[in-house]
Amino acid sequence: MSGGVDSSTVAGLLVRQGHKIVGMTMQLWNQRRLPELVPESSGHGRCCSLDDVYDARRVAEQVGIPYYVVNFEQQFEDQVVRPFVEEYLAGRTPVPCTLCNNYIKFDRFLEMADAVGAHHIATGHYARVRFDEASGRYQLLRARDGSKDQTYFLFGLTQKQLARTLFPLGDMVKPEVRELARGMDLAVASKGDSQEICFVPNGDYAAFMSAYLKDKGIEPQATRGEIVTTDGRTIGEHQGIHHFTVGQRKGLGIAAKDPLYVISTDPQTQRVVVGGNDDLLCGQFVVRQMNWISIAGVTSPVHAQVKIRNKHAGAAATLHATADPTTVEVVFDEPQRAVTPGQGAVFYDGDLVLGGGWIG
Amino acid sequence: MQHFYFDHNATTPVAPEVLETMVSCLGQVYGNASSIHYFGQAAKQKLEAARRQVAALIHASPTEVVFTSGGTEADNLAVLGTVRPAGRPSHLIISAIEHPAVLAAAAQLEREGVSVTRLPVSADGTVDPEDVRRALRPETVLVSIMHANNELGMVQPIAEISRIAHEAGVLVHSDGVQALGKIAVDVNALGVDLYSMSGHKLYAPKGVGALYVRKGTKLAPVAFGGHHERDRRPGTENVPCIVALGAACELAGRRIAEESERLASLRDRLESSVLGRIPGTGVNGGLANRTPNTTNIYFDSVDGEAMVIALDLRGFAVSTGSACSSGAITPSHVLTALGLSADRARSSLRFSLGRSTTVEQVDALVDALESSVAHLRRISVHA
Repeated sequence: MSGGVDSSTVAGLLVRQGHKIVGMTMQLWNQRRLPELVPESSGHGRCCSLDDVYDARRVAEQVGIPYYVVNFEQQFEDQVVRPFVEEYLAGRTPVPCTLCNNYIKFDRFLEMADAVGAHHIATGHYARVRFDEASGRYQLLRARDGSKDQTYFLFGLTQKQLARTLFPLGDMVKPEVRELARGMDLAVASKGDSQEICFVPNGDYAAFMSAYLKDKGIEPQATRGEIVTTDGRTIGEHQGIHHFTVGQRKGLGIAAKDPLYVISTDPQTQRVVVGGNDDLLCGQFVVRQMNWISIAGVTSPVHAQVKIRNKHAGAAATLHATADPTTVEVVFDEPQRAVTPGQGAVFYDGDLVLGGGWIG
Repeated sequence: MQHFYFDHNATTPVAPEVLETMVSCLGQVYGNASSIHYFGQAAKQKLEAARRQVAALIHASPTEVVFTSGGTEADNLAVLGTVRPAGRPSHLIISAIEHPAVLAAAAQLEREGVSVTRLPVSADGTVDPEDVRRALRPETVLVSIMHANNELGMVQPIAEISRIAHEAGVLVHSDGVQALGKIAVDVNALGVDLYSMSGHKLYAPKGVGALYVRKGTKLAPVAFGGHHERDRRPGTENVPCIVALGAACELAGRRIAEESERLASLRDRLESSVLGRIPGTGVNGGLANRTPNTTNIYFDSVDGEAMVIALDLRGFAVSTGSACSSGAITPSHVLTALGLSADRARSSLRFSLGRSTTVEQVDALVDALESSVAHLRRISVHA
C-alpha cells in the first residue's frame, strides 16, 4: 500500500470480496538521506514520504485490516538505487522500476508474505495475469486501461511470482478505480498520481545522481568529458555522461544549424557522441537476460510488437533465437528511433506479454 | 483473538490504582498550582504531595525533583541544561547505547561546538568505568550514562562511574527511565547529579516525567516562560498526570521487591524454554546485572521484522530494534554496539514483561515462537 488511490482501492476491493488480508507499505528510501533534494513544501508524490504512510495507514484503518510498514531500505539501495547510478555511469539508461519489481516488490515482498502466512500478494499495478491451460503457463497481459498499462515494467516476473500475484485493477480503467475509491469513501480517492521514478524528486535524475555520488564520497566531476560528432569532431564539453541519454536534445549547450541529439555515451572515454535525428535510427539490436512469460521461448523466428521504452508505442519486429538461450536478436520492420542500452525491450502478441529483457 | 503484551519497555498500561487517583484529580482539582486562591492551593498541595512520592522512590529530597513532560524532556534538560552554560571548549561523555533522547541532544551540542565522546560497551552490554576515566578531559562537563538499557536491560555501573567523574569534578547524569520501578534506585548510592524518569514506563500515563537534580547543581532551562519548577521548567504544571506519576511511584515502591522476583522467574522461564526448545537461539548481552523483566533473544536465520509481524497477527506483541517515524523497523544501534553482526541484530527480538504477564502467557508465547520460527526457517530455505 503506497498510500495512493490504486493500492488503496485494491485493499478495499479485496476486503469487500471477503478475503482475509494484511496491508503493508514498503519503506524503500529515506528522503532524509539526501536532504538537499527535498523541497521544504509538499511531501506527497515522493517515495515513502511520511504523508503517504499516513494515508496508507488511514486506508487500512478504514477498510479494517492489520497494517504494517516493512523496511526494505537496504535491499532497495543495493538492488535498485546503486545499480541505477552505476548504469548511468556506465553509459546506459536504466529502468529502476523494473529492478524494483524484480528484486523488491515481487521478491522480497513475496518473502514477507510467506513469513506472515499469506498465499498471494496483490498490488495496484495495471496489468492482468491468467493461467493458460493449454501451455500450462501463467500469462501476463496488458491492462484494459492502455494509458495506464504497466506491463513494460513487469517483464521480469517469473512463473512462480505470477502464480501468486493478483492485479485486481487490470480490468479497470482509472476513472472506474477513482469511482470505486469514492464509493468506499477512501480518504485518498482524489489523490494525484505518483511520479515516474519514486526516489528521484521532480524527475531530476542528474541532480539525484550528483547528490548520491557526493554522499558516497565520489567526485561527480570525474565523469566530465568531451562532446564529439559522429564523424569524430570535438565540439564541446559536458559535466558527466550521466546527464545524457540516447535521443536527448536538451542540455547539450551547443548551437548548431540542425538539431543535435545524443547518439551514444562511452564510459571508457567519457565521450558523448552527438548527431542528427537520422543517426538515431536503428534497425536491429540484441536483448539480453531474457525472461519468457507467456511462451517458453523462441526457436524459429517469431513476429511480435516490441516496446523499447515505456512511452514507446511498440513496433513490428521479428525475434530471432541466438546461440545463447538468454539472448534474442530483434529485427524491426522499420528502423526505430533511439534504441537505448540499459532500457528494457518487451515483446507483445496483441495484449499478451511474450517476455522481455535488457537492451544490451 | 486474544492479544498478549510483551512490550512493557515500550510503554506500560496505566495501573488501575493510578488511573483512579488521576481521574479523581482531573475531575476535581482544576486550579492552577501557581494561583494564590483556594483552587490554586488545592492543586499545589497535590503537586507537592506527588513530588514527595517521586522523591521517596529514589531517596531524594522533594526539592530535587523537577517535573517534565516525560523522559525525553528530562534527558534534554539534563544534557543541554548543564553543558550549554559551561562555555567553550567543553566536552560531554555518553555511551553508544543511550536512548535517542540523549544521543540526539548530544548531536545537537556537537553542532553547537561541544566535543562528544561516545563510549563503547563490552560484549555483555556494559560501559567500563575505566573507559570513563580515560575519556575525561579538563574541559569535560558531564558524563551521561543510562542506568538500565531499554533493549537489553543491562544495568550500568553508575555508582563507580559517578565516583570517577566526581573525582575530576565532572557532573553525572543517568537516564533512569528503564530502571525506575524495576530495580531499587537510590540517587545517593548511585551518586548521580541528575536522573531522568518517565511516567509511562511505570504504569502512569504518557506525557509526564521528572528529572532529579541534586541540590546545588547548576542547571539552565531549555525552555522559557514562568517561574515554575524553581525556574527550571516553565509551563503550568500538568497536575493530574503528575499526581498519577506520584501514585505510580508509591505503588512501585511498595511492589518492587516482590514483583522483581516474580518477573525474573517469568523471564528465566521464557529464556530457558526458548533456548531449550528452539535450536539456534541465544540471549544477547550479559545475564548478570539485568532488569528482571527484559530479555533479548536471537533466532538464527530468522528475519526479526517478519517475526514481529507474524507474532502480532497471532496476538503476541513483541519488538525489535526501534521504530522510525514511519513505523518501519531500523537495525538496533544497541545490538550493533555489542559487536553483534548486522544479521544477528536483524534476527533478534526483545521481550519485556510486566505486571499483567502470567506463566500461561509466557508458555503460549513460547509455543507461538516455536512454530513461527520453524515456519520462517522453512521458507527462508526455499527463498
